[in-house]
Amino acid sequence: MIEFGISRFAYPGGRDVLRGVDFTVAEGELCLLVGPPGAGKSTLLQTVNGLAPHFTGGTLEGQVRVAGRDTREHRPQDLADVVGYVGQDPLKGFVTDTVVDEIAYGMEQLGLGPVAMRKRIEETMDLLGIAELRGLPLLELSGGQQQRVAIAAVLAAQPAVLVLDEPTSALDPTAAQDVLSAISMLVNEVGLTVLLAEHRLERVMHAADSMIWLDGTGRAEYGKPAELLAHTSIQPPLAQLAKAAGWETVPLTVRDARRRARAEGLSPREPFPSPSHPARAALTCENLTVRYGQQVAVNGVSLQLAAGEVTAVMGRNGAGKSSLLWALQGGIPSSGELSVDGEDPRALGAAAARRVVSLVPQTAADLLYLPTVGQELAQADKESEAAPGTARRLLATLGVELSGDEDPRDLSEGQRLALVLAIQLAARPAVVLLDEPTRGLDYGAKARLAEVIAGLRSAGIAVAVSTHDVEFAAQVSTRTVLMADGDIIADGETRHITTSSPAYSPQMAKVFAPLDILTPAEVAAGLREVEW
Amino acid sequence: MKAIHPWAWWVWAIALAGTACLTTNPLLLALLALVITAVTALRRQDTPWARSIRAYFWLALIVIAVRVFFQILLGANEGSTVLFALPEVPLPGWAAGIRLGGALTLEGLLYTLYDAARLAVMLLCLGAANALANPRQALRSVPAALYEVSVAVVIALSVAPQLIESIQRVAKARRLRGQRADGLKGLLSLVIPVLSDAIERSIALAAGMQARGFGRRVGKGSPGPLALMLAAAMVATFGVFLLLSGGASWLSAGCLFLGVAGTLAGLRLAGRRLRVTRFNPPPWGLREWAVSACGLAAFGLTAAVSIANPSVLHPSTNPPSWPALSPLLLLAVLAAALALAPSGIAGAKSPGLPEAVGTVRSLRPRPATVANPAARPALAAVHPADWGAP
Repeated sequence: MIEFGISRFAYPGGRDVLRGVDFTVAEGELCLLVGPPGAGKSTLLQTVNGLAPHFTGGTLEGQVRVAGRDTREHRPQDLADVVGYVGQDPLKGFVTDTVVDEIAYGMEQLGLGPVAMRKRIEETMDLLGIAELRGLPLLELSGGQQQRVAIAAVLAAQPAVLVLDEPTSALDPTAAQDVLSAISMLVNEVGLTVLLAEHRLERVMHAADSMIWLDGTGRAEYGKPAELLAHTSIQPPLAQLAKAAGWETVPLTVRDARRRARAEGLSPREPFPSPSHPARAALTCENLTVRYGQQVAVNGVSLQLAAGEVTAVMGRNGAGKSSLLWALQGGIPSSGELSVDGEDPRALGAAAARRVVSLVPQTAADLLYLPTVGQELAQADKESEAAPGTARRLLATLGVELSGDEDPRDLSEGQRLALVLAIQLAARPAVVLLDEPTRGLDYGAKARLAEVIAGLRSAGIAVAVSTHDVEFAAQVSTRTVLMADGDIIADGETRHITTSSPAYSPQMAKVFAPLDILTPAEVAAGLREVEW
Repeated sequence: MKAIHPWAWWVWAIALAGTACLTTNPLLLALLALVITAVTALRRQDTPWARSIRAYFWLALIVIAVRVFFQILLGANEGSTVLFALPEVPLPGWAAGIRLGGALTLEGLLYTLYDAARLAVMLLCLGAANALANPRQALRSVPAALYEVSVAVVIALSVAPQLIESIQRVAKARRLRGQRADGLKGLLSLVIPVLSDAIERSIALAAGMQARGFGRRVGKGSPGPLALMLAAAMVATFGVFLLLSGGASWLSAGCLFLGVAGTLAGLRLAGRRLRVTRFNPPPWGLREWAVSACGLAAFGLTAAVSIANPSVLHPSTNPPSWPALSPLLLLAVLAAALALAPSGIAGAKSPGLPEAVGTVRSLRPRPATVANPAARPALAAVHPADWGAP
């Protein structure tokens, strides 16, 4: 269905993004596209409908054929009836205001009659389970709903191929599951060919028929997921488990892994419960409430963050996680009591507040406003009243080397996050709040971030991380706070909270169910202990 | 509730703006402002664009305030009724004709107020149109050939509110770096993140539109329609020139007619190459005719007064005179206000019903526009399963 024959692709004045991409994705296949950030995943996706190079610019040597049409001769708009393309942020790609109009838009461009359009709109909405949303403004939908509307909007044109760029990166575990099950249903029942870029493989690899691995040098490898996962550096939890257990192929589902572990009598020792010592509370809030007009985002929350403890804040999209973190920093108005070492960050000036509580917001790039990395770091030293070079040294300890004259906007997600972290840590805060830091990070970058957080913890800093990434939360946190509708509905040890609800339990917990094991690292450690 | 066709509100609002343009009578302007406010308040829906009316109110007030301020500061004050006098700053000889400070006369102030009120009411009309009609819906109803223009506007329309959102977000983020977001320096520090955000969004939107088939063309392009439209525009311009220089004549009317007709024909020809259909186009029915007629009637009546009795529309300010209204002008205001009636009919019948009700109703099969048979084979050949073919 998609015949890649790209010998070289480069943007003007840049290095080769893709080299030697040569294989065919068959009809009705769900193909996963994986690779480190900046490896050219988005570019490869865009070559399928000709956005690259027709829209993005650049030179493509070789050819890409979709359903027999050559993208050299067909522009993206001429391929709209064959390829449905959904970008990373659905909200940015919406052309109209309401759900029905958005779904109709593509068909209007194809010149379909009103009767056919009407029928297809209903069918598509039923297929994705969004019929009840038809008249709603797109802005009022939740993230998961928006993503499903975006998929419905391209599906209505009945393309043969669906191309999705990280469709679940902003979604909570349940919403992500909804979107992914809709996609795999389309593959199974409608016979759609799907090409999907995704960082969190644990969510989709069980449904994938094939996989494309971009190694970062521009080369692409195509093959079966189980084989590719065994020798590439992309390491979802099950691949790490396979490595720890010495399995040659990677089990693609929790069920496979469970069976294999049972068959081999794999039973790692449970990790020792960490000694719970009464930690000093670094941040205390009582009855904290955040309102936006009539809407209550955080509803009288009482919480303590202990020094040297990492707390994961989890919950659905819109549960109030971000609002809570912002309120704890004092960055948005709130009522109730808030105290960090006896001081209220809301009463302090902005400069003093960030030396007490530091927040890295969801869109970390918002904090960067200077033209070069060097100026940002120098400004960070100045505003933190730290010795010159502090921020740069911090950046180096975060494992990221950047040249001073790079533009912060050109950095990868992981590099940008490290830069913002270095800037914020230069102020030596007692409390660090991270809002969705794993968005857009691959396994390598996430592992480095986990090390950074462990470092903060051992330095006695209280850390709170809001995240949708269950595996990451299990890896870095010792305590978890679950939020729903502005309330804290559960607060306790991560080990206890995550294993008690299926949506929030990590894969290792599911594989070794009665055993109290959360991460592949614990499996590896547990297995070593058994061997001794 | 099925909303009134957006263009009906635009016709109504533009006609009222034209009415305001014809007069400096403060009574008539005040009544028009009242009518516009009342209709907007009663007929707007709870939508993001409907909230924009407040901004237009402030803009109108600012216009009046700025005009009055400059009249006081450096106005050419005619008349003899001095209200108060500012010390006059002597200016050098080369600034002859400009006066700084000095006496403010009642006549000068009234003239400025009336003139500013006219502009303010016209601004209100624009705001009312924006609040009552969904701008994107209005753009969806433009002829297919103007599509490329409308795309630019669609992008601007969707990026503008997002721009405000990103300004707020970035300003909030400034605090996290210990800075204040106000002041010139704070403002400058917002520029880079906000602009790069806006550009990124516009590019994503443009890519999304293209990927979904925007701008598909059937057949090869020919310069014919463009040449026709250009020629028509030139003929029309010539007609306007004749009209303005020599008054109405058969020649100027003919030129104007030819120009308009040529432009329409060109648009139609160009539109034919874009095979674009509309899903659920807002119907143009009796209510739409009635709303536009209300606006046009107000304009027509006022225009009639301006020919028959221009002094009512422009009350003298030197010497100051008490403005008056003629019965015809009251009728014009009444006509403008009558737009409430037709637009209220459907609203009163089915308040709060979801949009979908209207959608179903207007989707009775229209045989003339059923799917283009020529487009079918190509679609059928490539789509994976037959789950949607009519």
